[in-house]
Amino acid sequence: MKNAFRLLGTVAAVAGLAGAAMAGAGPDEDELVVNGEIEMVTEAAAPAHMENIDTIYSGWRFRSDETQALQMDDFENPSMIWVEEAAAVFDTPDGTEGKACASCHESPDTLAGVKAVYPKWNEAAGEVRTVEMQVNDCRENRMGAEPWKYDGGDMTNMVALIASVSRGLPVNVAIDGPAKETWEKGKEIYYTRYGQLELSCANCHEQNYGMMIRADHLSQGQINGFPTYRLKNTKLNAVHSRFKGCIRDTRAHTFAPGSPEFVALELYVASRGNGLSVEGPSVRN
Amino acid sequence: MQLTRRQSLAIGASAIAALGLSGLPAFASATDDLINEFTGGAEAGAGELSLTAPEIAENGNTVPIEISAPGAVAVAIFADGNPTPPVATVTFGPLNPTHAVSTRIRLAKTQNVVAVAQMEDGSFQMAKSEVKVTIGGCGG
Amino acid sequence: MASGVKPRVKVPKSASAGETVTIKTLISHKMESGQRKDGDGNVIPRSIINRFVVDFNGQNVIDVKLEPAISTNPYFQFDATVPESGAFAFTWYDDDGSVYEDKSEISVG
Repeated sequence: MKNAFRLLGTVAAVAGLAGAAMAGAGPDEDELVVNGEIEMVTEAAAPAHMENIDTIYSGWRFRSDETQALQMDDFENPSMIWVEEAAAVFDTPDGTEGKACASCHESPDTLAGVKAVYPKWNEAAGEVRTVEMQVNDCRENRMGAEPWKYDGGDMTNMVALIASVSRGLPVNVAIDGPAKETWEKGKEIYYTRYGQLELSCANCHEQNYGMMIRADHLSQGQINGFPTYRLKNTKLNAVHSRFKGCIRDTRAHTFAPGSPEFVALELYVASRGNGLSVEGPSVRN
Repeated sequence: MQLTRRQSLAIGASAIAALGLSGLPAFASATDDLINEFTGGAEAGAGELSLTAPEIAENGNTVPIEISAPGAVAVAIFADGNPTPPVATVTFGPLNPTHAVSTRIRLAKTQNVVAVAQMEDGSFQMAKSEVKVTIGGCGG
Repeated sequence: MASGVKPRVKVPKSASAGETVTIKTLISHKMESGQRKDGDGNVIPRSIINRFVVDFNGQNVIDVKLEPAISTNPYFQFDATVPESGAFAFTWYDDDGSVYEDKSEISVG
């Protein structure tokens, strides 16, 4: 506990030195319209279940003008190269059944609305499912194909494609009924301090969003923009990869992508963005 | 003269501080050499050449820059704080009306991006822009 | 041939004779700078796209010599004059000898 306070003290001091102009700046006022047509809601009243925040903001609002510009056009946004690749894979048969995704789903457009409501309770499976889990279920059980690595390139490209056809639609994940137990578990994880640094998601993303942590402009940690092209590693990143990185940065043994803990956390964090537009695939730092 | 440990530490610290304040002479002169190679030693003054770069780069991996060089045959771009300063050399063809180019570059740390244009009349122009490259926070 | 290298270009479909058009290009390429080290401490050798040439009906528009400081997934935006109908030819040259090409037709009048 003491160590965490000392660290936060150091961080605050460095942030203060780093630039008075930047410190304490909340989200900016910019508006996001993609390709001149998809109007994105990047600010909304916080959903009822959130006690400590009144207004929710997309991570886009915390990025520099140059980074924001990269997402406003499907050519400027490098993610779209991999979305196109996934669209080709969508049409390509794979597995023992000789089927492609297109055999049942016709075209990616028919999946509009899907990303907005995932993670979601699956009655037949008796569990909350993420898009990745659903894709692998289709691959294994309907296509007779090998499952993809949960946060590997093939999977993340496909999730980016599925997200792209829901852009502009409001995130709307269910947190009640059969999903409630998973959601409560995710909420507990969100508020648990992990690692040597004893930091919880809330410490940064709820209590300090808008502040600078060293030179990073802290967002609310919303995931409506995932999968996201990060300038830092110049590739598409999946949500669980990001969760893993965050927890690893608290110097904890982190959960694995695809684990029940991250599925629960994804459901909870997605619900904190209910009302924002699906932006994936987005561009972030 | 016998230096006490305290004195030699103080001299050392101020020498390092002085170096820090004056920037990194080693890299800057490597860039000067490369610029001289491009211009053949000729002076490069101000002109219509313009270089647009962000004041603060959100991530040094991908920094968008824009160059506009009306009347130029070619533009050489350098990053004077990178381990190897050359960034690109752009030559404009007969079907290029605006002699402008935008791209995204890697900057290892806070430094100057320098554009040197070779004009049609054989003269040279130069434009410089300092970009602050920040260390991320908890970026993971 | 470096794997997974894909070019993309954005060119208008039509223009009037002599008009200036803006062209955007992107190619997915790692641009291994030669500065990074692997897990054992060995330098990962440089492997980048080192040249990008754009011609229109055989006449040059732009010719770029790229260095390792160009970001992963090299992006270039520039203008071109379109004197008549024809095709833009885009060529990227890789350190490893590979050549990547793309073409885009434009109609005038």
